[in-house]
Amino acid sequence: MPKRLGQQTVAFSRPPVLLSTASVVGPEEGKGPLGQYFDVVKQDRLLGQKSWELAEEMLCEEACDLAIKKVGLTPQQVDFFLAGDLLNQIITANFSARTLGVPFLGLFGACSTLAEGLALGGMLLDGGFASTVLTACASHHDTAERQYRYPTELGVQRPPTAQWTVTGAGAVLMGLSGPGPVLTHATVGKVISMGLKDPADLGSAMAPAAAETIWQHLQDTGRLPTDYDLIATGDLGAVGHPICRRLLADRGLALGENFTDCGLLIYDRNRQNVDAGGSGCGCSAVVFASYLVPRLIAGEIRRLLLVPTGALFSPTSWKQGQDIPAVAHAVVVETPA
Amino acid sequence: MQVLVAFLVGGCLCALAQLVLDIAKLQPAHVMVLFVTLGAVASGLGLYGSLVRVAGAGASIPLAGFGHVLVQGIAEDVATRGAIGLFTGGFRAASLALSAAVFFAWLMSVLFNPRG
Amino acid sequence: MAPARTPQEAYQQTARAMQPRRPILKNTVLAFLVGGLICALAQLFLSYLLGRGVPQKEALAVTSGFMVFWGAFLTGLGVYDNIGRVGGMGAALPITGFANSMVSPAIEYKREGYVLGVGAKLFTVAGPVIVYGLVSAVLVVLARWLLTGRP
Repeated sequence: MPKRLGQQTVAFSRPPVLLSTASVVGPEEGKGPLGQYFDVVKQDRLLGQKSWELAEEMLCEEACDLAIKKVGLTPQQVDFFLAGDLLNQIITANFSARTLGVPFLGLFGACSTLAEGLALGGMLLDGGFASTVLTACASHHDTAERQYRYPTELGVQRPPTAQWTVTGAGAVLMGLSGPGPVLTHATVGKVISMGLKDPADLGSAMAPAAAETIWQHLQDTGRLPTDYDLIATGDLGAVGHPICRRLLADRGLALGENFTDCGLLIYDRNRQNVDAGGSGCGCSAVVFASYLVPRLIAGEIRRLLLVPTGALFSPTSWKQGQDIPAVAHAVVVETPA
Repeated sequence: MQVLVAFLVGGCLCALAQLVLDIAKLQPAHVMVLFVTLGAVASGLGLYGSLVRVAGAGASIPLAGFGHVLVQGIAEDVATRGAIGLFTGGFRAASLALSAAVFFAWLMSVLFNPRG
Repeated sequence: MAPARTPQEAYQQTARAMQPRRPILKNTVLAFLVGGLICALAQLFLSYLLGRGVPQKEALAVTSGFMVFWGAFLTGLGVYDNIGRVGGMGAALPITGFANSMVSPAIEYKREGYVLGVGAKLFTVAGPVIVYGLVSAVLVVLARWLLTGRP
């Protein structure tokens, strides 16, 4: 069976197993509709640390620890650690890797990092280079505000297109055998830019990348949207998600009720002050780890297409007037029959 | 009565700034800079001084009033000291607000931590 | 609507049509109320000073300093960012917002130390206001001086 399908998709011949998943989130996420599902809900965004950055690192380390312990392993038994975050030089991932002591490859895909980790981890496993791979990503509302926007105490308004960076970390431990849902395909996205420049409207900037990757994935695999019980984009939010649906409809792909978005699932936008919904690489990571995977295990959904999306800009690039390119990767996770 | 006038004039300046922000989709820093500059120009034309006499704090507290204070101070110093006043008058006139801002900003950073 | 030329332009048209509108009317009214209220409070203090016989120019300066203190203090307490979220430019434009724009980076970057953090970042947002305020004031007075012969 060929390991490559079409132009951008890999099909795993030995589908890696998701041995365990774990999530640790902040208070705002705990108050959201998925609050009951997360493994740990912190009551304080600072986690008793000296800085937001240290708090983010704690989230990441705790999620990794939990994922490893859930299956009774130790970090020494993990072959590779693939992780990323949103901060400059991905310090959260780097410093978590220092604590964990597992051979480490740092990733940056902005909010699409989870899919990048799952895809690469799957390739390492299927290629025979590893028997256990841990992948994780983390984001923190205040570290992101501070780096990408303004100091947290500055009194500025948020436009209705703005999204709220999720404070949380998700970790996924993958292996070659054992019980659990399996990773069957990964479609690696191209970086796409439609010329949008507003950093307070990333949903619109990322929607074309998500649409392109979903379309390419279905082309490559010869599948239909109805072949999936659920298609979940990462963090397009209330602005980007309808645009993505519209772009796919324009290309003749009508998505139904089974098309959702992690950024819309994680918060109750009527009750919580999050404008267009959640974002950040922690967003798809915690929703996947604690809500989507358990539903796969329970059999409520049998086949999931997860499409995390990332806006690949920096404060420097947008101040210099560059537009905001975006990427989306798709992974297929299913419960073996 | 004076308080009501201050409320109305200050409120209108802020409402105008908000309209500029929302319609031109600018950052708050852009609008703040724009208003300081407009205040300086209006002061140069002799308009802002009249507004401060009528509206008091309603005109002096919004940032346009800061531009006005700078122009007023520079003009005074140029009148008394000549060209050197171009570079002495501005910060002299604004010294209280600027020194207070630097001092209290530093003090607050010692006393408090960000809450997010 | 003009016919779209490139796929980029076509997409931007589609996206713009589907983006939520900014609540401009609500924002403007809130900015008016919040900004007006801040100015009214400052006026109460100013009237008090004037009533006690403080000369106008000094009273105006002291009022500015007084409001700077409150803007700084409320930022330290973590209240001013919430006022700003509601009031928008109504909270940013008064001099209390200027204080907020200095205190918020000072507090935020405290974790990078008192010299490289607090000291260096204090003017990140307020700096442009001072720079363009002073430059435009110098130019305005200079122009008036050259044109009319009086500063």
